[in-house]
Amino acid sequence: MLIIGERINGMFKDIGEALKNKDPKPLQYWAVKQAEGGAHYLDVNSGPAIPKEERPEAYEWMVEVIQEVSDLPLCLDSTNYDAIEAGLKHCKRPAMINSVPAERPKIERVFPMAVKFNAAVIGLTMDKVGIPLNAENRVAFAMELVAAADEFGLPMDELFIDPLILPCNVAQEHAREVLEAIRMIKTLSNPAPKTVLGLSNVSQKAPDRHLINRTYMAMAMGAGLDAAIIDANDEALVDTAATAEILLNQNVYCDSYIKVFRTR
Amino acid sequence: MAVAIVKEKWQSRVGQVVIGATPEQGGTRTHTITIGGDSTLPFLHFEGEVVNRPAVAMEVNDVEPDWHPLLKEPFMDVINDPAAWAKKCVEEFGADLIYLKLTGAHPEGANRTPEQCAQTVKDVLAAVGVPLVIVGCEDDDKDNEVMAAVAEAAAGENLLLGLAQQDNYKSIVAACMVHKHSIIARSPLDINICKQLNILINEMGLPLDKIVIDPMIGGLGFGIEYAYSIMERARLGSLVNDKMLAMPMVCTVGYEANRAKEANVDVDEFPGWGELKDRAILWEAMTATTLLQTGASLLLMRNPEAVRLVKKNIDELMVSNA
Repeated sequence: MLIIGERINGMFKDIGEALKNKDPKPLQYWAVKQAEGGAHYLDVNSGPAIPKEERPEAYEWMVEVIQEVSDLPLCLDSTNYDAIEAGLKHCKRPAMINSVPAERPKIERVFPMAVKFNAAVIGLTMDKVGIPLNAENRVAFAMELVAAADEFGLPMDELFIDPLILPCNVAQEHAREVLEAIRMIKTLSNPAPKTVLGLSNVSQKAPDRHLINRTYMAMAMGAGLDAAIIDANDEALVDTAATAEILLNQNVYCDSYIKVFRTR
Repeated sequence: MAVAIVKEKWQSRVGQVVIGATPEQGGTRTHTITIGGDSTLPFLHFEGEVVNRPAVAMEVNDVEPDWHPLLKEPFMDVINDPAAWAKKCVEEFGADLIYLKLTGAHPEGANRTPEQCAQTVKDVLAAVGVPLVIVGCEDDDKDNEVMAAVAEAAAGENLLLGLAQQDNYKSIVAACMVHKHSIIARSPLDINICKQLNILINEMGLPLDKIVIDPMIGGLGFGIEYAYSIMERARLGSLVNDKMLAMPMVCTVGYEANRAKEANVDVDEFPGWGELKDRAILWEAMTATTLLQTGASLLLMRNPEAVRLVKKNIDELMVSNA
């Protein structure tokens, strides 16, 4: 299970302010802390804190200051592909592009860029119209993304399909469809594309967020989830990922398996 | 129609362990032996890198062992002199390393002192230039004393010392750390304990590239398939980046193969089995070559003729099939 730490995001107050003030400390603090928590990738998102025209420069800066303290690969998260491209140029390790919907112009912008920079791509099972409810329609979008990977020469195991989970307190019917979609996506090609979820979304504005997150993550891993953008410092959540790997026989059991999971 | 060769893309590789130290490295060996390092399943040169050839260590005992007379025959002129025995194994039989068993330390046997054992080690070090693998007498308390003395007497030689086991590892790990040796971590045909023991040893501060796994084996016909599966599981683990299983593996081939009935009973007893002399050699050679196929990096062997056959097999397996 690939853990993508979600904390370096301008939506969080400390990061938003750090971006405005060009203060590297909060970004570097969370880069180190998320690595200690068990993150394998660091998501990097400026959020709305930075005006659109300044974003390419902001992504360059974020990549630079994070890499001063962390060797983890980065997951550049933006709808502004010029900003992502600016960041990719500074990444020391192959990064991940987060994200592209199943819309042709955006596919044509993102996939060649990913191949050029040896980056992985998160593809969303949605288009301009929005997120479908049922699993079949999610998978139809996934198939377009799989075909695009093939067309542009992106290795299939570098395509991460996100079937988009919605908050269970307002869109309860989606959770089960997403699980089914994950199962089906894993059968779309051989080798199969990878799957990913922005997990915290499932629990938006619910009081028992941590419990909902870890319960759903375990269920999704059972369905074939390969990666998740999560709170890497939610200890019980990371422990759950470690335990689910053992129960899915993805990792050899030993008494210290939880501790080893974090030191990989 | 062209046949497409299916190749697996592995994320990682087996760790490498160096045995021995040259004078520049603080030891007295003429050369070192490196084992492990493969980035694919055994000998799939077309898929990944097969970095180091598996090595064969020949067994030498500090007291005359309780072996079948036929097995002892090639060594009878040196059987009471471990240094001469080691020299013969290297010079006449082509041993890559010497596997010295300090059986004589056993309290119910010759009960040799730790100092006497350390002297034997020094004698063997002086007699041969190859790196050494050294284990005690399999009495935990005595071995802890003996290995501490051996580790100190051969400080800097980067011996491969054994055995660390789940219920007795601390003192030998400490000795390896202080005197710069590597360790054999033995688990009883159990992948979970194998991994846990590696973690425990590593937590004490010994680096992962100083650990060699002894998964324990069964000889041919005596559960070798269990060993095969466990070793395969460990190898697959190392290739998918399970750092705590990514050590090269050592197998006690000579011991297990030669305690099988097939390696000991005479043809008179089982006329269909053929001559014991040939049979015993093949039993040990087949045990070794089977385990090579599942990832053994270091074979601890006895019979010189079996060693010859196995080394020939290794030569063939190391030819690239890419």
